[in-house]
Amino acid sequence: MDGFLQLILTLDMSIRLSVVLLLACLAGLFSERAGIVDIGLEGKMLIAAFFAAVASYETGQVWLGVLAGIAASVVFSMIHGLASITYRGNQLISGVAINFLASGMTVVIGNALYHKGGQTPALSGDARFHDITLPFADALRGVPVLGAIYSDLLSGQNALVYLAFLIVPLTWWTLYRTRFGLRLRAVGENPASVDTAGISVVRLRYQALIITGVLCGLAGAYLSTAQGAAFGKEMTAGRGYIALAALIFAKWRPWYAMWATLLFGLLGAISNLFPNIDVFGIFTIPVQFTQALPYILTVVILAGFVGKAIPPKAGGEPYIKER
Amino acid sequence: MDKMPKWADVFLVPFINLLLAFIASGLVVWAIGENPFDAIYFMVKGSLGSTSGIGYTLYYATNYIFTGLAVAVAFHARLFNIGGEGQAAVAGIGVALVLLAFNWPYWWLALPFAVAGGALFGAGWAFIPAYLQAKRGSHIVITTIMFNFIGAALLGYLLNGVMKNPGTQNAETLAFPATAHLPTFHEMLAPLGIEFSKSAPANVSFLLALLCAWGVWALLWRTRLGYQIRAFGQNERAATYAGINGTRITIITMLISGGLAGMLAINVVWGEQERLIKEFVEGAGFVGIAVALMGRSHPFGIVLAALLFGMLNQGGFELLWEMPAISKEMVLVIQALIILFTGALDNMVRDPVERMFIRLQKKKAQG
Repeated sequence: MDGFLQLILTLDMSIRLSVVLLLACLAGLFSERAGIVDIGLEGKMLIAAFFAAVASYETGQVWLGVLAGIAASVVFSMIHGLASITYRGNQLISGVAINFLASGMTVVIGNALYHKGGQTPALSGDARFHDITLPFADALRGVPVLGAIYSDLLSGQNALVYLAFLIVPLTWWTLYRTRFGLRLRAVGENPASVDTAGISVVRLRYQALIITGVLCGLAGAYLSTAQGAAFGKEMTAGRGYIALAALIFAKWRPWYAMWATLLFGLLGAISNLFPNIDVFGIFTIPVQFTQALPYILTVVILAGFVGKAIPPKAGGEPYIKER
Repeated sequence: MDKMPKWADVFLVPFINLLLAFIASGLVVWAIGENPFDAIYFMVKGSLGSTSGIGYTLYYATNYIFTGLAVAVAFHARLFNIGGEGQAAVAGIGVALVLLAFNWPYWWLALPFAVAGGALFGAGWAFIPAYLQAKRGSHIVITTIMFNFIGAALLGYLLNGVMKNPGTQNAETLAFPATAHLPTFHEMLAPLGIEFSKSAPANVSFLLALLCAWGVWALLWRTRLGYQIRAFGQNERAATYAGINGTRITIITMLISGGLAGMLAINVVWGEQERLIKEFVEGAGFVGIAVALMGRSHPFGIVLAALLFGMLNQGGFELLWEMPAISKEMVLVIQALIILFTGALDNMVRDPVERMFIRLQKKKAQG
C-alpha cells in the first residue's frame, strides 16, 4: 500500500484509540487536581460502558445511553467521594473497591438481563454512534496531502470524538481562566488555605468528582456505543490505568494530556497494525514491547530521569479541619 | 480514656463492616430475583460441604494468604504494594525456570530451589518500584500498577517465545518433571487413613503459607528489622531521627512483600498447573488487598480472612450450578463490598461506635 495512505490509516486508528484514554485522562485530571487520587477510572468507565449499552439498546436512542452511562459513572464517583471525602478513608483502597465492584456488577446484572455471559445485545441504527462526514470531505479528497488529512483523518469520526477534543480547551479554560478552576487547583495543593479563605473544601472536591464521573461516563459510553456496538465483559481492558499513566505523563495538564493520550493511542495502533516490527532485519521488536511501552515510559517519567512529574501536593490525603 | 476498648477495634468494628458488606451483597442477590439466604446456604455447602469443596477452598486460601501477607508487610511500613499481581506473575517465571532446569527426582529436593526462584523473581519485580520510591520519590502505587502490566507483557513475550512448548498451540511451557509432583492433600492424608478428594488442588503449599504467616509475625514483632519496619510506618520522621535508614527499610520491605507474593506461583504454577501458563494469578494479587484489610494486617487475621475469601471464591463457583441466574462474578461484587466497607468506609462505622463507647464511659464516670 502507498506509504502515505498507510500513515493516514495508522493516525486515524490512533485517534480512535486515544479518545477513551483522553476522556478518562481528563476525568482523572479534575479529580487529582482537586487532591483526590483516583485509581477507579477503570471501574467507572466499565460501569458507564455497560449502562450506556443497556440504555441504548432498551430505548434505541444512543444519547439516552450516554446519559445513563454518565449517571452510573457519577454514582460510582460519589461512592468514591463518600469514602475519601466524607469518611476520610483511603482513596486508593476505595479506587480498588470501585474497580472490583464494576467488574462484578456489570457481568452479574448483564447476565441476569440478557443471559449472554455479561454481553449485551448488539446495537444498530440510532442506538449507536456513526461516523460523521464533514462538509466537502468527498470533494476535497483529491487535493494532495491535505485532502487526505481532511477527508480521512479529520472527517469521518463520530460525534464523541469531536466532543472529546473540544473538552481539552474547555478543561484548560476552566482550570486556568475561571474562579472555580483556581480554587480547584488550590484545593489540590493546599486545602487549608482554601478553607481559610472561607471556601468549602468538601464541596469543591465533590464538584470535581462529579466532573470526573461525567467524563468517565463519556469515555465508557464511547467504548460500548461508538468504538464497539455492545458491552462485553471487562471491555475497558486496563484503559483506565493507561489513562492514569497518561495523566502522569502529561504532568496533570490538559494540553499535555491530549498529546500523551495521542501518543499512547499511536502505540496502540502500531501494536494492532504491525504486531512484530522488523528493524532492518537485525532484530524484531515484539508486540508485547509496544504494548508495554506506555507503562515503561510512565515509569521513566516518574523516576524523574526525563523531566520530573510532580503530582498535586495534597493528593491522596483526606482533609481534616482543625478544631 | 477517650478511646474504644481494644476488642471493639479488633472484632466489633470489622464484624459490623463485614455484616454491612454481606447485607449489601444480599440486596444485590435479592434484586436479581433470588433468595439471598438460599445463596448463603449453597455457598457454604459448596465450599465446606465436601472434601472436594474444602480442597478448593484451601487452595484459593493458600493464594490469598500469600498475597495478603505481601500487602500487609508493606502496609506496616506505610507502603501500598498494589503490584502483587505482577510480582506473582514474574515469580512464575522463576519457579518454572527452576523446575524445568533439571529432572528433579523428588519434590522436596526441588522445593527450596523453587521457593528461592519464586521469591527471587517476585522480589526482583518489586525492587525497581521500591528503589524508585526510596531514591527518586516516585509514587509506589503508580509504579507497581505499571509493573503489573509490564510483567504481564514480559510473561506473554516469554511464553510465546523462548519458554514456549513447541509441541502445542497454547502459550505455555513444557510440563514440569512428573517426579517432582507436589503432594496434594489427598496424597498427604491417604497414609493417615483419611479420605480426601482426589480432584481438589489443595497441596503442600498450604503448609508453606502457614509457615510464611508465622514467619511474618515473628519478623514484625520479634526482630529488630520488624521493629524498624513498623517504626518507619508509624512515623517516618521519628524513625529517621532514631537512626533508621528509610531507604533501606523501604527497599527491604518491598523485597519481602514481592517475595511473599511470588510464593503464589508455587501453589498455582507448580501445585496445580504443573507448567507455566499465562494469567495464572487471576486477580489474587488484588484480593490480597482485601485480605490484608480484613485481617487488620496481622498474620493471624490474614489467615482467617484468606479462608473466608477462599470460601467465597469456591462457594461462588458452586453457586453458579445451583442458581443459574447468578453468575460467578457475584464473588467480585462481594469482594468489592468487603473492600469498600472494611477499607474505604471504615470510619462510617468506627466513628459512631467510638462515640457510643465514649458516651458509655462518661455515663459510668457520672453514675
